[in-house]
Amino acid sequence: MDEKTIIAPYDRLKIIRNKDRPTIRDYLPLIFTDFYELHGDRFHGDDKAILGGIGRLEGIPVTIIAEVKGRDVYENKEVNFAMPHPEGYRKALRLAHQAEKFHRPVICFIDTPGAYCGVGAEKRGQGEAIARSLYEFMTLRTPVISVVLGEGGSGGALALGVCDELAMLENAVYSVISPRGFASILWKDANREEEACNIMKITAEDAVSLGVAEQIIPEPEGGAHNDPETTAENISEFLSKSLKDKMTKSIDELLKSRYNKFRKIGEFSE
Amino acid sequence: MTMEEWFKQVTKRFYTDDDQPKEPDFKCPRCGETTPAKELREGLWVCSHCGYHSRMTARDRIELTCDHDSFTEHDAGMSTLNPIDFPDYEDKIKDLQEKTGLTEAVITGECTIHGEKCVIGVMDSHFMMASMGSVVGEKITRAFEFAEENKLPIVLFTASGGARMQEGLVSLMQMAKTSGAAARFSQSGGLYITVLTDPTTGGVTASFASLGDIIIAEPKVLVGFAGRRVIEGTIKQRLPEDFQSAEFLLENGFVDMIVERKNMRRTIAHLIRLHRSGEVR
Ligand SMILES: [Zn+2]
Repeated sequence: MDEKTIIAPYDRLKIIRNKDRPTIRDYLPLIFTDFYELHGDRFHGDDKAILGGIGRLEGIPVTIIAEVKGRDVYENKEVNFAMPHPEGYRKALRLAHQAEKFHRPVICFIDTPGAYCGVGAEKRGQGEAIARSLYEFMTLRTPVISVVLGEGGSGGALALGVCDELAMLENAVYSVISPRGFASILWKDANREEEACNIMKITAEDAVSLGVAEQIIPEPEGGAHNDPETTAENISEFLSKSLKDKMTKSIDELLKSRYNKFRKIGEFSE
Repeated sequence: MTMEEWFKQVTKRFYTDDDQPKEPDFKCPRCGETTPAKELREGLWVCSHCGYHSRMTARDRIELTCDHDSFTEHDAGMSTLNPIDFPDYEDKIKDLQEKTGLTEAVITGECTIHGEKCVIGVMDSHFMMASMGSVVGEKITRAFEFAEENKLPIVLFTASGGARMQEGLVSLMQMAKTSGAAARFSQSGGLYITVLTDPTTGGVTASFASLGDIIIAEPKVLVGFAGRRVIEGTIKQRLPEDFQSAEFLLENGFVDMIVERKNMRRTIAHLIRLHRSGEVR
């Protein structure tokens, strides 16, 4: 493979914020066939910030759950800039349990600045919705594979990130809070975003070295927007390899290593 | 012993008469009224004007909740490292450890409450706003694991400003780790009681704090996911006073009951007893 120049964290942020960066809507037809979107959480409504459905990956039926970024201002308004409400996470869980029932693997795509912060979100239990996702995905008796497409923002991203294998697109970031939020809370200065980016350890390589991600999916030179088809092929390649690997393992084995992956994250002395 | 006598005995254990610390009066963040420090303590740190259940140290909470001398601490020496090499983080932790006498933002262990044996964890907002990093995550996880191995119920008093920013992604992952531990404990059939205290927010609300079989909140405490100012910034208007209060959560269906501090011990013991009868596990 060609030697690539290492892109600084802040520049990756610029790449994933590029208005032409492909979203799950672009990738869906390139990766899956026979896709049917399934709507609603059966309690409150249908959150468009999270897309769910069933389809095939190389012929294998799978459940797909994805955070949806808009491709223009109208789409973004509709999908609330990919910031899910509690009903979005509850829809995701409904579909995850459905997948479990029919022994379908679950494939999650993460791409959110974070869970929505608002009055309705609080009233309907945003905290509970995320907590329940973490709890249920940890014990879900079917393989779960997640891919961070662009922004992996905080608990709103993690809610779709409790899985057997996590991959990040090469320029994707994954963080406890947005770099802007980090700078604003710790240094009371949101303008120190670039500095925050550089110390937060948010890149795909960082996520791998911290034990959070297992794989990095290469992007074309300059970023996924330069060649969405090739990026989609790279994602497909990862997914089918990972899927085949997970499907040979027993569920109990998968659950044990899923738990242990998170169980061992943390650095302390005693 | 009546409840009043018991409380007098307990509060006396904290401060003898010749050992009166010079504490500033308590100004209630809810009603703005002032209560002298001694009176506040005698009233179990509850605002006598509005009933707001103010923040307590973890040590005080343990004294107040556990039967006398029944508490054994676990993992007392566990201290965080610096997983993302955040500048000056070690120094900040060391300072806080000296200032608070705590090694981290949670104390865990085992105890009896009115004779009922249980695992207990108490978060302390005086230590970096009880944010959850490696140590909080590990201690809470071990507490669930210990409870499972020993077939004991677990009671967690939560308080937190959220994830520990200084530990980056590692702190975010503690949400998954603790929720996973809660899930496994639940599948083993154990009883988990959460007591939400002031303030429980962010990543702790979005993980183990919201996963109790029974969720109790103290009156008037703040519990929520997002910060109030963040939401006000988004919607560009002031939020009502009771937004994200225990009462707001009860009304919206996210807590089982609001229990006053003076009744907490008895309530927890009763709940544990209710789950013990029949011994089906
Ligand atoms: Zn008051």
